[in-house]
Amino acid sequence: MVGWLNFRGLNQEGIVFAIAVVLFVAAAIGLPGFIDPNNLVAIVRSVSVLGILALGMAVVIIGRGIDLSAVAIMAMSVAWYLQLLNTGTSDGLAFAYVLAGVLAIGLLNGFLVAYADVPAIFVTLATGSFVFGYVRSQLITQDAVPVPQGHWVELLGGLRFLDIPIEVFVFAGLAFLFFLFLRYTKWGRYIYFAGDNPVAARNIGIPVRPMLVLRYVLSAFVALIAGLLTAASLHSINTRVVNSTLLYDIVLVAVIGGIGLSGGRGGVRNVLVGAALIGILLNAMTIIDIPLLYQNLIKAAILLGAIIVDGIINPRDEQTAQQGDI
Amino acid sequence: MTFRERLQSWRYNLVPDHLVGEILTKRWTDNAIPFLALVVTLATFGSIIPGFFKLSSLQESTRQLGEFSMVVTGMTVVMLGGGIDLSVGSIFALSCFSSVYVFFILEQSIWLALAASLAMGLVFGAINGYLVGYLRLRAFLTTLVTFIFGRALFDILVTTYAADVQLSTATSDVLDFIGDSTFWGLSVSVWLAIILAIVTHIALTRSRPGWHVLAVGGSRRSAHNAGIRVRRTVFMTYVFSGFCASIGGFLIACRLSGAGPGTGLNLEIMALTAAVVGGVSLGGGRGSVVKGLMGAIIVLTMTNGLIRLGYGTGTNQMVLGIMLAVAVTIDIRWLKNRHKVLNEVYVAPVYLKMGETQSAVPGSGTPYALDNRLSAADHIGLGELEGPEDVILDRDDNLYCGTRHGEIVRFFAPDYVRSEVFAHIGGFPLGLAFDRAGNLISCVGAMGLYSVSPEREVKRLSAETSRSWTSIVDDARLRDPNDCDIAPDGRIYFTDSTKRYDAHDWALDSIENRATGRLLVYDPRDGSTKTLLDGYRYTNGVCMAHDGKSLFFAESWACRVHRYWLEGPKAGTAECVIRDMPGYPDNINRASDGNYWMAWLGMRTPSFDLSLRHPDMRKRMTRRLPQDEWLFPNINTGGVVKFNEKGGIVEAMGDLTGGAHPMVTSMREHKGFLFVGGILNNRIGRYRIEGADPNWTSPASYWGAKP
Repeated sequence: MVGWLNFRGLNQEGIVFAIAVVLFVAAAIGLPGFIDPNNLVAIVRSVSVLGILALGMAVVIIGRGIDLSAVAIMAMSVAWYLQLLNTGTSDGLAFAYVLAGVLAIGLLNGFLVAYADVPAIFVTLATGSFVFGYVRSQLITQDAVPVPQGHWVELLGGLRFLDIPIEVFVFAGLAFLFFLFLRYTKWGRYIYFAGDNPVAARNIGIPVRPMLVLRYVLSAFVALIAGLLTAASLHSINTRVVNSTLLYDIVLVAVIGGIGLSGGRGGVRNVLVGAALIGILLNAMTIIDIPLLYQNLIKAAILLGAIIVDGIINPRDEQTAQQGDI
Repeated sequence: MTFRERLQSWRYNLVPDHLVGEILTKRWTDNAIPFLALVVTLATFGSIIPGFFKLSSLQESTRQLGEFSMVVTGMTVVMLGGGIDLSVGSIFALSCFSSVYVFFILEQSIWLALAASLAMGLVFGAINGYLVGYLRLRAFLTTLVTFIFGRALFDILVTTYAADVQLSTATSDVLDFIGDSTFWGLSVSVWLAIILAIVTHIALTRSRPGWHVLAVGGSRRSAHNAGIRVRRTVFMTYVFSGFCASIGGFLIACRLSGAGPGTGLNLEIMALTAAVVGGVSLGGGRGSVVKGLMGAIIVLTMTNGLIRLGYGTGTNQMVLGIMLAVAVTIDIRWLKNRHKVLNEVYVAPVYLKMGETQSAVPGSGTPYALDNRLSAADHIGLGELEGPEDVILDRDDNLYCGTRHGEIVRFFAPDYVRSEVFAHIGGFPLGLAFDRAGNLISCVGAMGLYSVSPEREVKRLSAETSRSWTSIVDDARLRDPNDCDIAPDGRIYFTDSTKRYDAHDWALDSIENRATGRLLVYDPRDGSTKTLLDGYRYTNGVCMAHDGKSLFFAESWACRVHRYWLEGPKAGTAECVIRDMPGYPDNINRASDGNYWMAWLGMRTPSFDLSLRHPDMRKRMTRRLPQDEWLFPNINTGGVVKFNEKGGIVEAMGDLTGGAHPMVTSMREHKGFLFVGGILNNRIGRYRIEGADPNWTSPASYWGAKP
């Protein structure tokens, strides 16, 4: 991996970081109230949930996969949890149900990808659709489920430390954990090997398939955490978020930070850089008062640009890319 | 026959196990699962929803189906080309808006609205095609992003112009006709969808661009190496998909006279599910428009049915998710394991009790007793040849043989040291014969009946006979043409050994032992091929009798020789003249003393004869053991047998050392020598026959002395 400011080998991460800095400076000078500490906290807070989800996505993408069910798991697991609480199930039991459900979906994703050899993109698209549909039609009664009065999730949302909301610390903590996991543990390194060249990884004896399952389970649990934090700050969870562009924002954060979609490249730092850029961008657009619809258009355009650049920087390797890898 | 054996013979000879394997080889079996799903879906919803099949109810759903199936057709073509197009929903919505805008706000003609729709679809498709085809980005993510982009654009446009559209007073009879009326009982959208499907189907299956799409989807690298413009082909598939989606968008604009935020919502996952449920393979190359349409009907019936049954929000997504996951998994597993399953079940052995035979052990005193004479033969082309199944000599004493490389090699008289490739045909040239004009006629395994002129011009005479009605495998095709001979009137009689296996799998046919061998005749006067006899266990050598009024043919796995009458009172019938030989007969040729030479490609063994009475054991063997460990007929020992006109055995000779001619598939007498070939041998043997006529040649015997 190339260092932050190694211009000789200028890479996407460096470029994006530079753009983020330029944007930050420009916004600080040009936009009133941008540099205000409250606004800066708001920026970090706004990207915390996004960043947490992107961490899970990053692990999956580094292993040459993708998890399109992340948002569905995030929203629907928490919605079901809150629904259970609202209908009188005890907290421990409800949480155990939800944990089991999340684990089951993660295992299902991983199993279908690893052992049935179904492309990740279709598996997670299907399970995402299923999770949303099943929970929405069978387990909950309306789109938005409120957090019960006085529940710990509500208290979590009000928690401040040095005037900074708790989710920022959760994000930072998770980022640090993921950094340690990816960089210093055996399993973390396996993810890079498997993502770089799955066949070779398998040949040298890495348990490629169990590791794949692990990644999807990990991603599902990260989604659950993100969902709890969302519910904590909003005091309810709106399941319509599944149909929003949040999922693409997650991919955007990961890809724009420089995590190649062909796997084996990138790390936690890329997620941070990506999240920083998106956070600044969204905040600036909101201050300029660009309508949400146009923001979507702009984000889509940026994502398209990012994918094109990714395609050029990390061209698909004809030797290891398989037929039907779409 | 014991009771057990009688049961076994009923079980394995009457129950048509082999049909399972034959059906699995058919490409249409891919359609069977989706078709079944279609029938089940329609039956289920038809029975639980009252009035499901009522005309008024069908009218509305078919209109929707027309629009949807167009989108699916486009998606199918993209997927056949190895890509995927998730932006169809956006294209659909934007095209819908384009025509609405042109018609209701600009108040232009409906045709201009159609043009705007199509232009939107084509441009959007071209963008996708450029990104995926030329820039080689990942199809899934790229079209996902263009989908978001298009959707965002559409949301903006719809919220901006919704009020204007509401206030517009533009009307058009054409629009009402397209949106509401029917034509011969079907709505315009259904008609258009049918036309589009037919045109696309014909283009895919019968035109060069369509084949290119399938080739690129089947194997991108091979298509590139074959000179197909892969990138342009991929590009065109996306443009086509955009085109299809835009027609769908135009139709919904006509039907609803407007565009709303719900237009085209979830269309991409529905279309994708439809294509996959219908059986269009991810990754390309396999699938058809019909499959896509079946999937479209299944998905639409399912989602509409659930809505009408009153299930709540989210049910659709749940069902779509399940359907997509199940269909994709089945598709992937089926593609991966189909050939494995096929290998497992294709061999379907039958019961056969071979008759008692006389011994061929040297010194046993029977006419079949082998000796060691052939080991004394000198060799021709040792180490240069691979697989001279049949050998033949022309009037100038030159020696010809086929090789497994698909060539006919000529050795020059008198010493047969120098050789050349006489002709390259391909396949595996087996039986050889000279016709009156000196053309070399050859049965080419896996290809058909061929003729090589003295000027080395290769011509195909026949590659098919008439198709029988009851056969599931295509028995019109000649799979294993084995030996031929020519009647005095010029008609070529030849055998096709099996309908079930390709030429190189002839050993599998011996394990199965099913009687599917045929005797056929090719008539050079009108070029027709007819099947004369059918149902023999591996028909092999053919030889015209000396008087030209009948012919002998060998039935290898039954160890029998039959005589087929060409004229006389028994014309058109066959009778068995030699039965229960101790060896498996191969080619038969004339001998100078009025008798016939017959090759034995192998010898019967008690163990294999026993296994023929235990089809269950052979079935287990083919399923559980690797092929190397199967019990095959013994082909390590063979020989040459001479028999007379009546079928009596005159003499037998062999190579007991196994060093030179362990297996003999052919022999040809020429000027006092016997030339010996073997399909697994690396030489031709030349053996001097004691007391044979030193001037007798086969061409002279057939066609008279040199003119």
